[in-house]
Amino acid sequence: MSEYLLETREITKEFPAAGKKTVHAVSGVSLQIREGETLGLVGESGCGKSTLGRLMIRTLKPTSGEVWYRRQNITAMKDKAFLLMRKEMQLIFQDPYASLDPRMTVRDLVAEPIETWKLCPNREAVTEKVKELLNAVGVPEEFLYRYPHQFSGGQRQRIGIARAIAAEPAFIVCDEPVSALDVSVQNQILNLLKELKISRKLTYLFISHDLSVVRYLADRVCIMFLGKICELGPTEEVYRHPKHPYTRFLLDAVPEPDPSLRGKEIRLLKGEPPSPADPPSGCSFRTRCPYATERCATEEPALREIGNVQAACHYAEGIQE
Amino acid sequence: MEQKTLEVRNLTVCFRTEKGIIRPVNGVSLDVPAGSIVGIVGESGCGKSMTARAVMGLLRYPGKVTEGSVLLNGRDITNLTEKERRKLRGAEVSMIFQEPMTSLNPVVRVGKQVEEAIRLHTDCTKEEAKARTLEMFREVEIPEAETRYKCYPHQLSGGLRQRVLIAMAMICKPSLLIADEPTTALDVTVEAQILKLLEQLRDGGTSVLIISHDLGVIAKVCDYVYVMYAGRIVEEAETEVIFRRPAHPYTQGLFRSVASLREGGSTLETIPGVVPNLHRLPAGCSFSLRCGECDARCEQELPELKETEPGHKARCFRTGKEAAE
Repeated sequence: MSEYLLETREITKEFPAAGKKTVHAVSGVSLQIREGETLGLVGESGCGKSTLGRLMIRTLKPTSGEVWYRRQNITAMKDKAFLLMRKEMQLIFQDPYASLDPRMTVRDLVAEPIETWKLCPNREAVTEKVKELLNAVGVPEEFLYRYPHQFSGGQRQRIGIARAIAAEPAFIVCDEPVSALDVSVQNQILNLLKELKISRKLTYLFISHDLSVVRYLADRVCIMFLGKICELGPTEEVYRHPKHPYTRFLLDAVPEPDPSLRGKEIRLLKGEPPSPADPPSGCSFRTRCPYATERCATEEPALREIGNVQAACHYAEGIQE
Repeated sequence: MEQKTLEVRNLTVCFRTEKGIIRPVNGVSLDVPAGSIVGIVGESGCGKSMTARAVMGLLRYPGKVTEGSVLLNGRDITNLTEKERRKLRGAEVSMIFQEPMTSLNPVVRVGKQVEEAIRLHTDCTKEEAKARTLEMFREVEIPEAETRYKCYPHQLSGGLRQRVLIAMAMICKPSLLIADEPTTALDVTVEAQILKLLEQLRDGGTSVLIISHDLGVIAKVCDYVYVMYAGRIVEEAETEVIFRRPAHPYTQGLFRSVASLREGGSTLETIPGVVPNLHRLPAGCSFSLRCGECDARCEQELPELKETEPGHKARCFRTGKEAAE
């Protein structure tokens, strides 16, 4: 079995909220990312997926729990020691309009990480390296001295990717990298990410709310609901035979681009999502789950092995059709 | 003859900019028959939202309708004054937007905001307006209507806010609802609920014009589809037909992009290049720069929107009868 690149152990992040409440963004999540894989992280807004991504690369500090990277506890590290690790882990953002400094040229934007890490001996070498990176992400070299506003969304995202890979990281958190893009451009970026992963031996945590994008890119997928994992397993297995009721509702709700399926009655989730400031007792999905029983209210279901996936539901076996 | 709620004929919107005049909407004609859901699909900047705003009379300076007409229930509303339009908006035609938070006043309770619509258009009493609002809240399936009535927008979830907007749009029973990307900001499970609600409105007799970039949404609820590209309609047909036999290379490319994502495989289908800048549109077909089947004629001459089969039109030289010859 391949070595874990990154592991979270019972990681929890709480944020203070108005009225002395606490928002439980991530609650006790333990998961492992293997070297060279793409782990898809799926869930609806507010489920804690972005927070989890940021905890992994220590742009956020956990309330409790630990993150281990290549057998080192990066949560316990001193800031200075961690700085050296920072080069290993990068982030690609959702909004290519907000994540690039509008007053920097493309050259300076992509050169920034190279200069920070002193990867090249002099200015000329940096520029050469920037050109090489732009080539790798498909931005023509002649745009070197242009500013972000002169580019389309897709090209900006390519520049963002060039910045992320500039320091030659091993692990990249992609936080909704294609959500702001049009369909035809989205596929170009997905192809690029897949290509870079192979050529640069990268490991991805791919955060998205788009289930079809994750299915395409991820080797394994993790479904989150209200700060907890409800299902984790090989992508195809989870999509074909979802074990957790929430996963099934989620997959059912995606509108299929096929009008002949329109008659198909889909089961809709009832009610409102619970608030992360005031999660229900026991299983957090129980207030919306048609299969919920007394037991779900009193006993929180543990994440357990069912076949080759893990699911957190007392009745995962019983509800399968 | 079937009745049409909305008829748009040869609508053109011009923007005078520093770099010259652009036409984000260029000779668009479309119909929304009574009691149906019609969709406009296209990528950002194709003019789909601008078309909707022009219909509502909500174009901002320097945007201007320079050609064409808009008929609502047979009445020409193209050249109404702002005062006449205000009477129309909310009463006969309403619009909902993508981000429900920015469409609501953050410091006014949502119940009051919905009431405002009805009190503007009818001379009912406060009590009647409140009763009507609560009834509407129940109709759009807002749970605990009484409590929500007193909530401020930030206290509601995205899905509930969108329901409030729909309640506000529907309270005077307009004959047409324009929904501009109504579910884009929502999660899939909430999206499914809102789409179901739009279908219920349609079944209740309201015609709906949906603007979306999501082919899944279009396939799910629309009866008829228009595809827009660079300001023009490039293809139109019934939903079933267009999904089964897309005729225009752009539509085909879009469908292939979505399909390849679902099928998996090593590389995804894409449409090469990007949407052209409206300042620098090609002389001929606006899709010619990205089209794999483009030839000299496509570069020079603009194709007409022509029937490729009964009830199915496409703006391409290479489809239908002409291609067969």
